[in-house]
Amino acid sequence: MIRITRKVEFSAAHFYHNPKFSAEENQRVFGKCSNTHGHGHNYTLEVTIAGEPDPATGMVLDLKELKDILQREVVERMDHRHLNHEVPELAGKIPTCENVAAVIWNLLEPKISHGKLDRVRLYESEDLFADCTAEENGLKQ
Amino acid sequence: MRISLTRRYHFAASHRLHSADLSMAENERIYGKCNSPYGHGHNYAVEVTITGPVDPDTGMIANLGDLDPFVQREVIEAFDYKYLNEDVPEFQSMVPTTENVCREIHCRLTKFSPARIERVRIEETSKNSFEYTGE
Repeated sequence: MIRITRKVEFSAAHFYHNPKFSAEENQRVFGKCSNTHGHGHNYTLEVTIAGEPDPATGMVLDLKELKDILQREVVERMDHRHLNHEVPELAGKIPTCENVAAVIWNLLEPKISHGKLDRVRLYESEDLFADCTAEENGLKQ
Repeated sequence: MRISLTRRYHFAASHRLHSADLSMAENERIYGKCNSPYGHGHNYAVEVTITGPVDPDTGMIANLGDLDPFVQREVIEAFDYKYLNEDVPEFQSMVPTTENVCREIHCRLTKFSPARIERVRIEETSKNSFEYTGE
């Protein structure tokens, strides 16, 4: 089996606020991230597809096709957007790195025509990233 | 699908690879430049990976407001700007190779109660990295 990874970047705004919490609780739990005006990040997304290369093309999945899927499903949805207000898939969820990565996984998984989605790694900054991995693979990659 | 969160931390420290169980010649043969008597140093990067259910109220596996001060207290304060061989008690009787540093950091972090520590990965330099998952 071969794994291929494509990287893409997008920039977006977000904040953390749970309407079930009091103002004090929101401040205590979410700290600086609770400023309801929002703040932003340059996100880097790495998407890994696992599979056997097609003998006719030598490819697991045409990277051009993967690039188009990432553009359509992620970049057009999230780039230069406010994740709390403009991304319906995140409605009712706190747009943490974990939740944004999981939403991206769910958007991409049904679109992968060859090979299987193996890992979604979303960097919120150089020092923080969330991984979604296929259940059977865990971190052993 | 399973989710994990990884946070990177940094510390700078010196160490010397030298085993009291080996002769001087053996130490020099095995550890080479790293056996140099006064020690040498690195900028270490430590990746701490946590797993567990995402709390629907916070959207988090664990709050970085809890993880950051915990790692700071248990690891960074103890290792940063230190000579590992002398300043970290565990390395007075254990060679501070990055394999052992990785295991020691994992051991210190397993007490973190809000989530499970799945992996500790250390970059000793941009060319060498070490991982420990507790297995």
